[in-house]
Amino acid sequence: MARALINVPAAAKRGEIIEIKALAQHNMETGYRRTQLGGLIPRDIIRQFVCTYNGVEVFRAEFHPAIAANPFIAFWTVAIESGTLAFTWTGDNGYSVNESKSISVG
Amino acid sequence: MRNSVLALCAAAIAIPAFAAEIPLAERRSGYDFMSRETRTMQDDDTANPGMLWVLDGEALWKRKAGVADRACQDCHGDAGTSMKGVAARYPAFDAAHGRPVNLEQRVNACRVDRQKAPPLAHESRDLLALTAYVGRQSRGLPVAVPIDERTKPFLDAGRGTFFRRQGQLNLSCAQCHDDNWGKRLAGSVIPQGHPTGYPLYRLEWQGVGSLQRRLRNCIVGMRAQPYDFGAGEFVDLELYLMWRARGMKVETPGVRP
Repeated sequence: MARALINVPAAAKRGEIIEIKALAQHNMETGYRRTQLGGLIPRDIIRQFVCTYNGVEVFRAEFHPAIAANPFIAFWTVAIESGTLAFTWTGDNGYSVNESKSISVG
Repeated sequence: MRNSVLALCAAAIAIPAFAAEIPLAERRSGYDFMSRETRTMQDDDTANPGMLWVLDGEALWKRKAGVADRACQDCHGDAGTSMKGVAARYPAFDAAHGRPVNLEQRVNACRVDRQKAPPLAHESRDLLALTAYVGRQSRGLPVAVPIDERTKPFLDAGRGTFFRRQGQLNLSCAQCHDDNWGKRLAGSVIPQGHPTGYPLYRLEWQGVGSLQRRLRNCIVGMRAQPYDFGAGEFVDLELYLMWRARGMKVETPGVRP
């Protein structure tokens, strides 16, 4: 239960605007639902998503209970240099997923 | 008053009792009725959440299970070759059961007989993952369920279910999916009901579900009592729907609103 799918172009021109897409596997249990017996199902969501590009933060998002399961995030950044894009999702109950993708900029 | 009743009767008589099946050339996948955004989601393997289940299924395919301590891979090898086109042929006749079985039942038969492991529950994450993984190997291939004298009676039974009015609303599957596809039921477009993408990720479910889960949705909507998961009537209906979609491309894992 901790997979992620990431789409980063493998190569880009310097200065090019690139789209990055990231999909995390998570139930995003809101904390507002109840069981058939009336008991509250505790909240279990991703709280934060951070993307760094060669160590510099380029995108950050806070997640809330209204976000659907398996949240999908797409954003843009500028390809400045070859290197690594690192992705981190953190959330309730110790949820933490780290992924990285390399990009070559020419 | 009397005139309006007469007019209603005349209108009722004018509606044919059974519409013809959709001509082969006019069949369209539910994909064609979706928004551009949802279609993009299905087409891109890094945006299609069903791929998460496919990846889980790949891991399960390689994991040893049961008393026999065997993985699917130990018998079947690489799924990319051994499972290619398999999902496009299911439900398929199974001699041991004396009737067609669907992919879920086939996986469970393998688990019980070969792996000596307990069967996976219907709609459990693992069963959906395995069937999504096996189904993925047939993506792009045409649906081709073999119909012979052994499966014909079950196909006819499934067709019977499709055309039979049922439930408090007294509706048949055909009244929506043969006669009124393309129109709207509340805000949603009525698709033709071709099961080409299963198991698929439904945005409404926020998860992957099997064809039988989808069929239960429709049957409950007709205010009828749904069959149990794995019931013969369900498998016959699956067989008819797959035959009805013959030649159309498998999309597993599909995405639907």
